[in-house]
Amino acid sequence: MVEKKPIIQIRRLTTSYGRHQILRGIDLDIYPDETFVILGRSGCGKSTLLRHLVGLEKPTGGSITIKGMDVVNADEHERAAILKKMGMLFQNGAMFNSMSVGENVALPLREHTPLDPATIQIMTRLKLELVGLSGFADYMPAQLSGGMRKRASLARALAMDPDILFCDEPSAGLDPIVAVGIDHLILRLKAAFKMCIVVVTHELASVFLIADRIALLDGGLVRFIGTRQEFTASTDPRVRQFLERRPDEDQIDPEMYVNSLLEND
Amino acid sequence: MNLEIKTVYIDPVTAVQVAGEVDLYSSPQLRKILVALTEKRTTPILVDLAEVRYLDSSGLATLIEGLKQCQRYKGRFMLSGISEEVKQVFELTRLVNVFEIHATVAAAVESVSK
Repeated sequence: MVEKKPIIQIRRLTTSYGRHQILRGIDLDIYPDETFVILGRSGCGKSTLLRHLVGLEKPTGGSITIKGMDVVNADEHERAAILKKMGMLFQNGAMFNSMSVGENVALPLREHTPLDPATIQIMTRLKLELVGLSGFADYMPAQLSGGMRKRASLARALAMDPDILFCDEPSAGLDPIVAVGIDHLILRLKAAFKMCIVVVTHELASVFLIADRIALLDGGLVRFIGTRQEFTASTDPRVRQFLERRPDEDQIDPEMYVNSLLEND
Repeated sequence: MNLEIKTVYIDPVTAVQVAGEVDLYSSPQLRKILVALTEKRTTPILVDLAEVRYLDSSGLATLIEGLKQCQRYKGRFMLSGISEEVKQVFELTRLVNVFEIHATVAAAVESVSK
């Protein structure tokens, strides 16, 4: 069997905000053609990790290699070349409200490619058709429901035919039926375009539907990594807590608690 | 250059033979050739994709535009040599039934000669 080369390699990644350490040394290999889900509780560092991957924020230490290029230390020109082949579905959609849905989808193509406007117009309609929004090109984002906005954002994330699609909490704020529709859409896109899809979420239902492999982040570290089956069978207490939806037990160190109340900064 | 395009005449078909990767940066090359052919109201046009390793949505859009222009003068626009991978993209975008698709150049030429 030919050994697959990772499309994303993360090594000893650390991030701190002031004295607060968010990521404490993340190591991950993510492969082409897989849907890789980064799972974790709120505040575990998963969104921070995603921001590092798409170049929105620089880590404190460690390395991220995407398609063989060190993206942490790449110059602006090199990073821009990599970013062009990466799509990002933001949690809040991040559509430009002053532009129509079609203009939003067309924007990256107008900005970054030599394509003729006629080609861009057809591509825009194709992407909207892919996400089930054909006929909505002239609508303004404010005229769309939450689920439709998410689909429109997905169409924009796909505009440049990315090799890697990053999705930040794709089902956040959506009702369960609309959310599962987004998950199915992600599955169809992956099957057709053979993309690597990296999804950050805390929604277990979504994880079990779309993930090929799962990484559970806990306390800024990778606590578990494996397939859906391995995740379900894991005896790791944190994985079990996640699977069984058990709340944290209230554990307070009295001395640390008092100190935290007395500290000046 | 990762895309090579050759136009040959195989009586009575004008065949555009495409080899390489049709992507955001190379598809304008294909568009230029198709625009030139449709401006001259060439028919039938065959785009052979047998040597295409990768075709993205800009490639699809270019083919759709070619088809549309050709239909304006009631010309015939055909495709051949579509790989399984490229076919999947056509299926997802529901374009399989939009284009006249033949397995090979020979099959396309034969369909015209009949």
